[in-house]
Amino acid sequence: MIVSSKTTKTRGFEFPNASGQKVLCSKNVSQAIGFTVLVLCIVFALMFLGSLIYFIVANGLSVISWEFLTQVPRRAMTQGGVAPAIVGTFYLTLGAIAFSLPLGLACAIYLTEYSPKSIAVNIIRLSINNLAGVPSIVYGLFGFAVFVKVFGFGVSILSGSLTLGIMALPGIISASQEAILAVPQSYKEASLALGATHWQTIKKIVLPTALPGILTGVILNVGRVAGETAPILFTAATFYTRGYPDSIFSEVMALPYHIYALMTEGTRPEVQTQIAYGCSLILLCLVLTISALAIILRQRQRREYGS
Amino acid sequence: MDLEVKIRSRNIDFYYGKTQALKKINLDIYSNMVTALIGPSGCGKSTFIRLLNRMNDLIASARVEGNLMIDGVEINDPKTDVVDLRRRVGMVFQKPNPFPKSIYENLAYGLVINGIKDKKFIEMRVRESLEKSALYDEVKDRLHDNALMLSGGQQQRLCIARCLAVEPEIILFDEPCASLDPISTRKIEELILELKKEYTIVIVTHNMQQAARVSDYTAFMYIGELIEFDLTEKIFTVPKEKLTEEYLSGKFG
Amino acid sequence: MLEETKLIDAKKELVEYATLVEGMIEHSIKGLKEKDVQVLTKVIEKDEPRANELEIDMNERCISLIARHQPAGKALRTILMLLNISNTLERMGDHAVTICESALFLIEKPPVKPLIDIPRMAQIVIEMLKNTISAFVNEDAELTQRVCQMDNTVDALRDQILRELITFMASDPTTIERSLQLMKISSNLERIADLSTNICEDIVYIVKGKIIKHHFEEI
Repeated sequence: MIVSSKTTKTRGFEFPNASGQKVLCSKNVSQAIGFTVLVLCIVFALMFLGSLIYFIVANGLSVISWEFLTQVPRRAMTQGGVAPAIVGTFYLTLGAIAFSLPLGLACAIYLTEYSPKSIAVNIIRLSINNLAGVPSIVYGLFGFAVFVKVFGFGVSILSGSLTLGIMALPGIISASQEAILAVPQSYKEASLALGATHWQTIKKIVLPTALPGILTGVILNVGRVAGETAPILFTAATFYTRGYPDSIFSEVMALPYHIYALMTEGTRPEVQTQIAYGCSLILLCLVLTISALAIILRQRQRREYGS
Repeated sequence: MDLEVKIRSRNIDFYYGKTQALKKINLDIYSNMVTALIGPSGCGKSTFIRLLNRMNDLIASARVEGNLMIDGVEINDPKTDVVDLRRRVGMVFQKPNPFPKSIYENLAYGLVINGIKDKKFIEMRVRESLEKSALYDEVKDRLHDNALMLSGGQQQRLCIARCLAVEPEIILFDEPCASLDPISTRKIEELILELKKEYTIVIVTHNMQQAARVSDYTAFMYIGELIEFDLTEKIFTVPKEKLTEEYLSGKFG
Repeated sequence: MLEETKLIDAKKELVEYATLVEGMIEHSIKGLKEKDVQVLTKVIEKDEPRANELEIDMNERCISLIARHQPAGKALRTILMLLNISNTLERMGDHAVTICESALFLIEKPPVKPLIDIPRMAQIVIEMLKNTISAFVNEDAELTQRVCQMDNTVDALRDQILRELITFMASDPTTIERSLQLMKISSNLERIADLSTNICEDIVYIVKGKIIKHHFEEI
């Protein structure tokens, strides 16, 4: 058999010209191009994020002061601080957690551990996933119709919390489901094999193991809804209050809505815009802090449970 | 020596959905003996021992037919208390699976879920089971450390201790050394030989040599059927069935 | 560990077996010297079947040890040599039985000559076997060398007995039958001595892992 100097033969298959530079060259070039494109995309995305943060910080930082954080607004919101809005957002978020965590968790446990495999359950799952796609303003309308009107809670922290909670629910359910499913089957088997009942196993093994994952899900989802305006627009938020809310039936100021109000109403747009940037900065910090909390929790979970 | 039948299996058929995984298994497992189940992958040996503590109940499509008795009591009877059965028939799994809790909590878990609240009693039992599983000296100073910090072999011995804490009568080992190094494997084997004095032991293993080393009786299974069951000595030197001979000499499996 | 205890048990049984065979040899010569039919028949009827039993038992033990524990290194060498040695012991036992049979024939008849050399030879052979046993127990390779040197003495004694018996047979043909039996006894004793050296080779293999058959001087 004559082996040509320009081809290498391996079991009858001819590699096109192993020593020829051409093939190698075009392979490397296409890889280089692909890689460059990917890097450019990343840079582009980071640029947007960076400019957003820069823009808000640059514009908002000037109004941030101790007074801004702790005082009530004065003179048609052009002076004083935004403390009631911060407190309001805090209450609303807390309320949303109090409502959606137990409910979401219960749903997730049922769906992962107890539900039989049937079409009906599959439909429920699908519906929960779809709920996550419903526009936030629709939640707002729903909350208004049900909590404010039908239940008669009025425009209040309660109505707003419930609405925000419902909005966070689908995310919390699916995150909890994932966290529960991530608990190794071997833990459950070990527990059952020791003579534990299914419920004991869930209570003592599955939930404690899944807890960090569940909390991460809850925090991320609540963090997401905490910055929403639409759901509280008709259910909880008010343009201006003199002081702090005194019961769960009071209406409140909230940061997102406050920004909205500053930009759409009032008489001194230049000053109000500045304050709006300040509020944005606070809101951004709040949401980022919440996300960071979730990341820390997840890291700790990874460290503790190996894998 | 008097042999007392602890587990009696008569015409056991087992199905996963429509697939038959066990065919007419007739097997007697004797008290205070180590019985090994060997055979190539998919022969049904794991399926069989998971019947003994009804772990197969977890699989929705599973179905059993035939009689399976422990101490003469049918365990597939609807009246059987599965939770109590599982306490009496402990199980050690293929991969060490301690809970992500402290060593102490791992051992106390079985007692707590069985309703024992007496702290002193739990403490005593924890220590006893650690001693029985030859782990006490290695962990006595760090009972409250996370169990996942232990080495693989120690984790597996912890799982054995966890199982001993609830005082089972039978211990099922499902390939307990599959993920362990030779030295840890040896320790587990020694432990099994020690434990057979008090417990009836059934061990599933891929490793024929392990079966030869630790067991008194060996059952060879092949595609859902029990091919041969005899004293380990006999199975490994003069098997009666050609299939057993071929498997032992590495012709398949 | 269980495996070790089993191996130790097997070794103990081998020592028991060797002691039995040693007794058989001793009794065969004692029976011949003291014209004691009882002693001789006991060797044939009691000791020999017991020896066979022990050999089979040793075989089973070794096979089980190999099948169940997959021994390696020294344990493996020991088990293989236990098989070999018990086989050799069984042959020694057979030789002792042959001696007894010859002795049973001889004690009925007047002696060809006073028994001096054969008991001396037997004494050395028994000494060799005793040394072999203690070499096995203590895993003493030095001692095995001494056993092998004694084999030379045994060979020389055998040759001397042969020459002597040939003179008897030549001078008086009526002694031929008896002389042949005496020759048989001395040959059997010599074979036993040879087998002792074989066991010694096995012991050296256990201790050092060296095969030294057929060129013993080199160790």
